[in-house]
Amino acid sequence: MNYQFKWSVLWTGESGQWLLSGLITTLELSIVAWLIAIALGIVSGSLRTIRFWPLRAAATFYVEFFRNVPLLVWMFFWYFAVPPLLPEAVQQWLYAHGLEFWAAVFALGVYSGARFSEVLRSGIQSIPRTQLEASVASGLTTFQAYRYVILPVALRLIIPPGTNESLNLLKNSSVALTISVAELTFQTRQIETYTAKAIEALTAGTVIYLVLCVSIASIMSWVERRTAIPGLIVGGRQRR
Amino acid sequence: MLDLDVIWRNLPFLMLQGFLGFGNFVGGTLRLAIPSIILGFLLGIFIGIARLAPQWWIRMPATVYVEFFRGVPLVMVIFWMWFIMPIVLKTSIPEFGVALTAFVVFEAAYLGEIVRAGIQSVARGQVEAATALGLSGSQGMRYVILPQALKNMIPSLVTQFIVLFKDTSLASIIGFMDLTKAEQVVNNREVRPFALYLFIAVVYWICTYSMSRYARHVEQRLSPA
Repeated sequence: MNYQFKWSVLWTGESGQWLLSGLITTLELSIVAWLIAIALGIVSGSLRTIRFWPLRAAATFYVEFFRNVPLLVWMFFWYFAVPPLLPEAVQQWLYAHGLEFWAAVFALGVYSGARFSEVLRSGIQSIPRTQLEASVASGLTTFQAYRYVILPVALRLIIPPGTNESLNLLKNSSVALTISVAELTFQTRQIETYTAKAIEALTAGTVIYLVLCVSIASIMSWVERRTAIPGLIVGGRQRR
Repeated sequence: MLDLDVIWRNLPFLMLQGFLGFGNFVGGTLRLAIPSIILGFLLGIFIGIARLAPQWWIRMPATVYVEFFRGVPLVMVIFWMWFIMPIVLKTSIPEFGVALTAFVVFEAAYLGEIVRAGIQSVARGQVEAATALGLSGSQGMRYVILPQALKNMIPSLVTQFIVLFKDTSLASIIGFMDLTKAEQVVNNREVRPFALYLFIAVVYWICTYSMSRYARHVEQRLSPA
């Protein structure tokens, strides 16, 4: 192995600046996509458990189609295939405000929403059916029953698998480099291109991802403890 | 908007070269996915067993391995292999080798966790019974525990295989001529993104959806009535 290490490439030149801006873009992309994914996941996950079949079928179609096609294909789809079909004014706005970023946001959000939907559905299904029946019997509409009884419990039950999905979303945001969003992996590659020091650049990117994942996981396990429903969530995740 | 003719004209290239891997380029989604699944699963079995080893010096490296790869994006692992394999092996490695190694190493971490959960789901008495029959630790694992554990794991394994199958599309980033890359080549010439991307989405969907239907079928057959 005749590779010459030169770790100083990480703190000389513009490397640090690139890594920081990559990290910020990764976080921006992940947070906006996460909000879309949560909204879509709550709506479609709930719809998949209701009696009214046309809405249930629409939600099933959304989940099964978007979840089972690679994210990379969705990235290209939202970037290359969708914009030409949009109205002229929307196209102009997108080209002026970073088309690739918004394409990545939609690709990641809609794809992850389908995955969140499955997590929420299993959470809702783990709540005894009698809860819904009791809420309807006490005069709530189905919407109110979901809003005030089913979802508050289900959302607390799914924190551990939901955290896993959120971390998947964060890691999947790296696929956005294929449509040239300047996120963390993209910037790591940029440092490699400019300095020809692949191992140093990749180490920096990898360490940042690891730190992000570990910190989110520990924050969420704290949230899980705080929101545990006494008597209902017995063990939850293993305490460290 | 939907130009089906463009798909029909390029169908042999997309399916034979891109999907199956027969043609002038090294490629093929299936040609990458099948060995990745088999080798990743074999490595995953070893990692899953190592995670439960009583010796800390076996258990700890396996735990670090799993936690490391589960905290890093696959794209990053592909780039690692792409840059580091030629340096370590001192020779140029074709895209197929790089992609295969990256997928096997990455997915083995996830598959290892499934194997571990499967082994832990086998009743404790089975281990004791195997020991009582005079089987050694590895014999008990090989003939008693693993066959039962594998049965319990099938649904989660198939789910993970679906993830791996979808992930093979990322091999196109380093130039491997899989279905996604073949579609990009065609689109560069034809410029019909909507029809072409929708077409490959449907091809991927047919494969993954039939896998998930199969997983559900097995799950229902195996669940105690």
